[in-house]
Amino acid sequence: MSNINLLIDIVLLTMLVFTTVAIIRLRSLFAIVMLSGVYSLLSANIFVILDAVDVAFTEAAVGAGISTVLMLATIGITGYEQKKRRNHNWIAPLTVVLITGAVLVYGTLDMPAFTNPNDPIHLHVAPRYINDSPTEIGIPNMVTSVLASYRGYDTMGEVIVVFAALIGVLSLLGIREKSSAPLHAEPPARPILQVMAKFMIPYIILFSLYVQFHGDFGPGGGFQAGVIFSVAIILYTLTFSQQDAMALVPPRVLKRFAAIGVLIYGGTGVVSMFKGGNFLDYNVLVDDPLHGQHYGILIIEFGVGLTVACVMMLIFFAFISRGDKNP
Amino acid sequence: MMTLEHYNYWVVIFLMMAGFYILIDSNNLIKKIIGLNIFQTSVFMLYISLGKVAGGTAPIAAEGIKTYSNPLPHVLILTAIVVGIATTSLALALVIRIKESYDTVQENEILELDQIADEGPQA
Repeated sequence: MSNINLLIDIVLLTMLVFTTVAIIRLRSLFAIVMLSGVYSLLSANIFVILDAVDVAFTEAAVGAGISTVLMLATIGITGYEQKKRRNHNWIAPLTVVLITGAVLVYGTLDMPAFTNPNDPIHLHVAPRYINDSPTEIGIPNMVTSVLASYRGYDTMGEVIVVFAALIGVLSLLGIREKSSAPLHAEPPARPILQVMAKFMIPYIILFSLYVQFHGDFGPGGGFQAGVIFSVAIILYTLTFSQQDAMALVPPRVLKRFAAIGVLIYGGTGVVSMFKGGNFLDYNVLVDDPLHGQHYGILIIEFGVGLTVACVMMLIFFAFISRGDKNP
Repeated sequence: MMTLEHYNYWVVIFLMMAGFYILIDSNNLIKKIIGLNIFQTSVFMLYISLGKVAGGTAPIAAEGIKTYSNPLPHVLILTAIVVGIATTSLALALVIRIKESYDTVQENEILELDQIADEGPQA
């Protein structure tokens, strides 16, 4: 790691430490939520410095974007202040934390030095991915190769977890669809924001499609694209109204598509079984194994993107339709 | 350079312990969830730090580049972030339901209300 990168890394990590201390000390939940957005954006920067561009992408979209919006929607319902406690004892938790931390620091002393290429982690599996995936899978982005092909089972599990979380949120909160027709307030309620949003939303959607279908070659993929797409709809909801957004993307349609995304992923695996391969073995999808890999990855990434986008939008709708007023 | 060799890991431990402290010390359920998120992000940071290779670049194959950072931790963390937001939203949904039935999200008040309910009419 070059010196300047190391310096940036250290400065960003130190800023992260200060943000965390501020989160511990503050009592206003609104400020805490905003700081946790700052925290996510700082982490995304650190991920870029540490070469994890795909991860940085996801963290910036999820942590600084959607997570902050969901937290704000929640504290809008539950209240903005953390109440003060009488006879608050902070010595016991602090002791527990200090002892645990000291044990962990003692553990790091045995760890190999940061960024050393001969660390055990870099000696197994990873050389195979780095040396062979461009010829074996045929796409340059190794993260996508590993995510969608080598470890396709894991990723399918993750998509199902996301889907299961959606089922949980919907059964806890549900989505209350307002019966009244979509309102287009005349004159517009927030003219400047609405004009700016109208200008930005097409580009956000275009960008999400680029991230979706260019994920083989550059940073990106279904997870990031799905989150970015849902951000466009969230922006529309926040600047216009919940009714407008629900008329544009009806929740009952989104629910179907969230399930269809998982089905596309699993279905690809079943098709490869019928073609005589193993579950999610894309080599057999078409005659040329490399083309098969390419098609397989494209299809399952589309399934991932579809599910993630629909799940994020539905969760957002569930949260805002729970509040009494429109945001 | 001994300290710098482990700086990333120590910051990770600090963040992890800060998240842990918020989780066990805080009284407010939302703040607890934020503490849990900080804890979670510190684990992400640990994995990504482990994946970094000196002189390497992002693991996207290109002409003339020989050293790449380890792609495996990136894959694990990328999916973990999206699963993290899904589970966080589930936790927030539970908090909203708790607010609706107890009219508070302060842990001690919820416990007091539970105690009153347990003691029932004879109390």
